[in-house]
Amino acid sequence: MTWKTSEYSGWGRVHTANSAAARPERATALAAIVEKTPAPAVGMRRSYGDACLNDGGRMIDMSRMDRVLNFDPETGILHVEAGAQIGQILKIFAPKGWLPPVMPGTGFATVGGAIAMDVHGKNHHGAGSFGVHITEITLMTPKGPKVLTPRKNAGLFKATVGGLGQTGPILSARLQLLRAKGDVMIVTERRVEAWDEFLALLDASDATYTVGWIDATARGDQLGRGILEEAETGAGLVTAAKRGKRIPVDAPSFALSPSVVRTFNAAYWRRVPDRGRTVVKPIDDFFFPLDKIHDWNRLYGKSGFHQFQCVVPIDAADSLRAMLERIAGSGLASPLAVLKRMGPGRAGYMSFPMEGYTLAVDFPNKVAATRLISELEAATVEAKGRIYLAKDALSGPDSVRGMYPEFAAWAKVVKSADPGGHYITDLVRRLNLRTA
Amino acid sequence: MSQTWIILGATSTIARSFARLASGRGDGVLLAGRDIDDMAATASDCAARGAPLAEVIAFDARNASSFKAILDQASGIEGTLSIAVFVGSMPTQDEIDADPSLISGTIVDNFTGPAEFLTMIAPLLEARGNGTIAGIGSVAGDRGRLGNYVYGAAKAGFHTYLSGLRNRMGRKGVHVMTVKPGTVDTAMTWGMDKLPFLAQPEKIAADILRGADRQKDTIYTPLIWWPVMTIIRLIPERVFKKLKI
Ligand SMILES: Cc1cc2nc3c(=O)[nH]c(=O)nc-3n(C[C@H](O)[C@H](O)[C@H](O)COP(=O)(O)OP(=O)(O)OC[C@H]3O[C@@H](n4cnc5c(N)ncnc54)[C@H](O)[C@@H]3O)c2cc1C
Ligand SMILES: NC(=O)c1ccc[n+]([C@@H]2O[C@H](COP(=O)([O-])OP(=O)(O)OC[C@H]3O[C@@H](n4cnc5c(N)ncnc54)[C@H](OP(=O)(O)O)[C@@H]3O)[C@@H](O)[C@H]2O)c1
Repeated sequence: MTWKTSEYSGWGRVHTANSAAARPERATALAAIVEKTPAPAVGMRRSYGDACLNDGGRMIDMSRMDRVLNFDPETGILHVEAGAQIGQILKIFAPKGWLPPVMPGTGFATVGGAIAMDVHGKNHHGAGSFGVHITEITLMTPKGPKVLTPRKNAGLFKATVGGLGQTGPILSARLQLLRAKGDVMIVTERRVEAWDEFLALLDASDATYTVGWIDATARGDQLGRGILEEAETGAGLVTAAKRGKRIPVDAPSFALSPSVVRTFNAAYWRRVPDRGRTVVKPIDDFFFPLDKIHDWNRLYGKSGFHQFQCVVPIDAADSLRAMLERIAGSGLASPLAVLKRMGPGRAGYMSFPMEGYTLAVDFPNKVAATRLISELEAATVEAKGRIYLAKDALSGPDSVRGMYPEFAAWAKVVKSADPGGHYITDLVRRLNLRTA
Repeated sequence: MSQTWIILGATSTIARSFARLASGRGDGVLLAGRDIDDMAATASDCAARGAPLAEVIAFDARNASSFKAILDQASGIEGTLSIAVFVGSMPTQDEIDADPSLISGTIVDNFTGPAEFLTMIAPLLEARGNGTIAGIGSVAGDRGRLGNYVYGAAKAGFHTYLSGLRNRMGRKGVHVMTVKPGTVDTAMTWGMDKLPFLAQPEKIAADILRGADRQKDTIYTPLIWWPVMTIIRLIPERVFKKLKI
């Protein structure tokens, strides 16, 4: 296998790494690599921080192993190679009336990445995380493929789902697709005036897909204002999504300055009429609104950006409100801010979701922002919540173990699956997750 | 009418993209190559994307006895029958200099093996009176370069063969297209550095399919390689022999 040495970065472009990467295109090639030179697998590097990096080491780029291996139209069970992108699966199967069971906010995420982070989508409150819908995982081990299910090798299954790639490269998986009425979304958008109303609406929503955009610059009476989107799949005709645009260069630093963001957010909020409205959208427009602009991460300029995402239990909603107050007061937030109610569904020891409210906010990579994020992290710990490792680039070894109560069980299984530490990534090293 | 592609060298990165794209619009694919397991995975993928026929068959350019079975299967395929040849191998010039016996294998993989197969199947296509033969050559075949002139020579031979085949088959309604890709991001080039205008295999696949639909004779893909190679071909040999490009 040939190794290509390059500089890589996560989606936030804050951390970079020099690695030698292999890019197998078939199972036998992957098997040969894992046998001789086991290394962490990566998908499309849509993790924000350093989960997808291994500075000074090797990586296995799984993006070319992306084929549909089998689909049973009776049961909706899809067997697919781990490098397949969620958006591609959507594109192939939505016209046949089936959807990926859980879709993160980008269609570029791969099945392997979605398992390793046990990702959640806009239907988390009802459907649970991605891993809940996985019926089988095939890991590539130095001794060859190994099949895991929630019953067979159950410990390894739970350590692999949400397991940050630490049990080794996932070759393929079987997932239960969801029946859909058609390939458009019927979306009801509602303006929300303030925080308490937002939580009440989220609590009361019985829509299959729910997400809240929040104006993280609004303060005082308007704190927590935003737009609630509730959606169902539907059948009917709309024009296809346009082709992707690219951000050609790194944006100058004023592009997302506080006054620009405040003005933008106010306009974005008012765009939805007072009484609300119902619109029909192409399915990928609803699930992957940002994917149409390729490389939008370059809008933040060369120094990159962070996303802070935490989840707190229902009864800690006030702490989350206090966190939002702090964010709004800082004037540092970008327009990208999301509030959602999560259900209890999760499938791995280290899965992020818990029943509660999750808040995600982007910040440009500035000293003031990194300081704010560490305060927010401390507040999360206090609220008995946790931060999402798919987004994290700043945390240290101390707090993460405490946030993930099944950490010890995970670490034990991982240690026996990878005693040599071959699958350690920069994130795992930074958070010191592999030492006892 | 429905079209079915016999894809030779179906495990190639570009071939996989091509098979998917053709499947997505409803064409059938018969995948021919050496790695049956891997082709079976591609066949499943093609079927999921909409190919009405997605099957695999053994093909080794270095073993002409593998050709007959493909011919047999081809004669049973209904609708328009087309062929796309992706077979190729590119040992580095250094490897070849160290072991000149690699030359004959390189010539077989890139030129004589596919040419022998195409010559065998030509009467079948002529009798049907339609279809396309797309042969993947390379810009490397346009001029002998310091870095890979054995591979280039094999591709040049294939280009000339295709040109003659076009001359013959066109008279019977069968279209022959020569495809000259520039540098493409595939298993063949992974790890090589400083590749100019590196294209994704999906782009090459789309250009091949469009070229076939429009009955082009020769295409450069991506198109930028047409002016580039036009200039390179015009450089006098007396100057070219001193260049390192
Ligand atoms: C715009 C945007 C929106 C997002 N929205 C959401 C959201 O709504 N919900 C959510 O949960 N997440 C969200 N994310 C995060 C994203 O879904 C996760 O980071 C996901 O893991 C990315 O997948 P990837 O294939 O790019 O994986 P990478 O970032 O390449 O890798 C992530 C992890 O998975 C491991 N991994 C990848 N492939 C394999 C494999 N084949 N075998 C073993 N391990 C593997 C890697 O080692 C690494 O630890 C979003 C990200 C972006 C950029
Ligand atoms: N990549 C580029 O930059 C580039 C540029 C110009 C032209 N091309 C041409 O494009 C075509 C496809 O190449 P690629 O880039 O997709 O690379 P690739 O993935 O390495 O494909 C080469 C293919 O040729 C097959 N092959 C080699 N010898 C064979 C034989 N004796 N019998 C049967 N099959 C054989 C290989 O099969 P196995 O899997 O069995 O080994 C493989 O499928 C080649 O003709 C190449 O020369 C490529």
